[in-house]
Amino acid sequence: MRVALFITCLADVLYPEVGKATVRLLERLGCTVTFPAEQTCCGQMHTNTGYQRDAGSLVRHHVDVFSRALDTGADAIVAPSGSCVGSVRHQHAEIARNLGDPVLAARADAVAARTFELSELLVNELGVTDVGAYFPHRVTYHPTCHSLRLLRVGDAPLTLLRAVGGIDLVELPDADQCCGFGGTFAVKNADTSTAMLTDKMSSVAATRAEVLTAGDASCLMHIGGGLRHQKRPARAMHLAEILASTREHPAELVTA
Amino acid sequence: MTRAYLGMPRGTGDLQGDVPFPKAAKTALADTQLRRNLGHATATIRAKRLRVVGEVPDWEELREAGSQIKQQVMARLPELLCELESNVIARGGQVHWARDADEANRIVADLVAATGAHEVIKVKSMATQEIALNEYLASKGISAIETDLAELIVQLGHDRPSHILVPAIHKNRTEIRDIFLAEMDSVDADLTDAPADLAEAARRHLRAKFLSARVAISGANFAIADTGTLGVVESEGNGRMCLTLPKTLITVMGIEKVLPSWQDLEVFLQLLPRSSTGERMNPYTSTWTGVTPGDGPEEFHLVLLDNGRTAALADEGGRAALHCIRCSACLNVCPVYERTGGHSYGSVYPGPIGAILSPQLTGMTGGHDPNDSLPYASTLCGACFDACPVKIDIPSMLVRLRTEHVELAGPRTVEAGTMRAMRWVMSSPRRFRLAGRLSRLGRLGVRRGRPIVPMPPPLSGWTASRDVPVPQGKTFRDWWLSEHEKGGQQ
Repeated sequence: MRVALFITCLADVLYPEVGKATVRLLERLGCTVTFPAEQTCCGQMHTNTGYQRDAGSLVRHHVDVFSRALDTGADAIVAPSGSCVGSVRHQHAEIARNLGDPVLAARADAVAARTFELSELLVNELGVTDVGAYFPHRVTYHPTCHSLRLLRVGDAPLTLLRAVGGIDLVELPDADQCCGFGGTFAVKNADTSTAMLTDKMSSVAATRAEVLTAGDASCLMHIGGGLRHQKRPARAMHLAEILASTREHPAELVTA
Repeated sequence: MTRAYLGMPRGTGDLQGDVPFPKAAKTALADTQLRRNLGHATATIRAKRLRVVGEVPDWEELREAGSQIKQQVMARLPELLCELESNVIARGGQVHWARDADEANRIVADLVAATGAHEVIKVKSMATQEIALNEYLASKGISAIETDLAELIVQLGHDRPSHILVPAIHKNRTEIRDIFLAEMDSVDADLTDAPADLAEAARRHLRAKFLSARVAISGANFAIADTGTLGVVESEGNGRMCLTLPKTLITVMGIEKVLPSWQDLEVFLQLLPRSSTGERMNPYTSTWTGVTPGDGPEEFHLVLLDNGRTAALADEGGRAALHCIRCSACLNVCPVYERTGGHSYGSVYPGPIGAILSPQLTGMTGGHDPNDSLPYASTLCGACFDACPVKIDIPSMLVRLRTEHVELAGPRTVEAGTMRAMRWVMSSPRRFRLAGRLSRLGRLGVRRGRPIVPMPPPLSGWTASRDVPVPQGKTFRDWWLSEHEKGGQQ
């Protein structure tokens, strides 16, 4: 399968290791990975903060770049983020319609139909559940809200994690509770966000996991930033980094 | 998207607080007793709801039916309301139309005054909370006595409700006992905080009121247009006492509560109790149609309340907020509500539904008004949408209202400027790549996860509780280009 990587602006700039891990993992599974270098940002932050007009030009750019990728041979588009895929799938066409551009909306729908979050692509499109990973650590998984409720990825990430060699996977209490990130919510409502973060960190601590993983670098930036701020032992790592880890090339336990 | 519906009344009354949500939330978050009470209560109701919803095999079909019936009602609202009016009148009732809170309050106060009563008993009602009826009646020398146990607790405690269904959710048993001891006449000084003892104390307190009251005031969970029937669902039976004992009954109902026929009620009587109290069926369902000589009230008045609903109805993308059946499932699953409580929202409608309904009823200004802050009081986690029995897509509506707020605020705010600048950078691959490289300089300003120079608001909100991310090595795209496509662009 030829897969075009939609890296997301956050992983591109702040968490390049997440992107490298995604590439290594997909290439190991026999995919041909391309990176449309013209891509920038899906516009989710603008959209969700109320700046639909600004988001509109980013949506147009995203649709242009990834339509071209699909036209030039990519079978699918993958992003290591439930949230950004959620925006592509549930917001892009509507923004185009709201801004009076039905042609762009139709193209956005076509791009969205071929855009997948990483665990969706692996389990549902590639039909893989054991990616041959090895990660001998105690891990707990936080299902991010947009993966859980917008994309309905269901058990796909846990199915992948259960098959990882050496892993000690422990259930996160109250896993389906939001971590409190919410994009600009974290700064506009910083106190409430912190109260939610505190409860999430307590749940993580209760598992005695070394690693908290999730499918979104944004939520991990928030929870991981909180864990480090409080000097807690658990680190945040993206799902892609665990799945890319092998006996030969083990992932370092660095914070995502 | 900007709406300007001249001539349509906007919601007035108790629909907006005094301070923006983040500020009110900060105060609430500092109250650890409140956090414990709410955490315990919402977790209990959440578990009950999941259990009883899980046992209904066609729950999703019921939700869809509820949603479609409400869509149909909104599409036919004027016609259904006229049908309801004529059927209520045909059965001996009287119908009054109120544009806003002031008008509704005046109508009710005049009706009570005409009976000569100085005291009325009340069935729990969100519509009368919304228009702040009790306060208005008090200003006219009429005391309104809440008969729902939790509303009574709130009233005796000189407090405000903080939840649609469980108005005293922010109080625990001991706090309730203390309120009863301080405020109830002839209460047993040895009253314990056992639920049965508290209920018994309330029962004794209220019984005398039920038997002496000449006027009752209620809201309505629904009205059936083709028969002119009104209905209330409740748990305690106090409502039925109010609806049957007094000589005069006055019902204040939001215009969106009308349903075409009895058959539609079947859907909502399944959806509502399971979503609200987590029960298969509510203990009391009372319905009444006009007046019946020798049985129940001799006089019945229906006050149909607009108070911003027509304006919400006129907004195609926003009218689904009017589908709400006030079950409060969205409050119980909301991680923001669970931590901040209902008072932080200012309006009588708190939680996710309040965050969309209150600003739609009152309108927003684009400034720093409290209701302009409500659409931002959510992480867009989506738990409310999943729980809503009539499938209101609250997260999408929150985003719509944020967009409306931003358009009202105009392009001159600092935030708008920042967003424009970010859009400018992000709409060009070259500028974006350069910005990614420049971000590497950021690590110079960070030591052990903390910025060396304190961050100004709003960024200080991030750094207060989280380390800042420090970019390591090259950006992904620079790494990719150096690895895969020597020499730059593809």
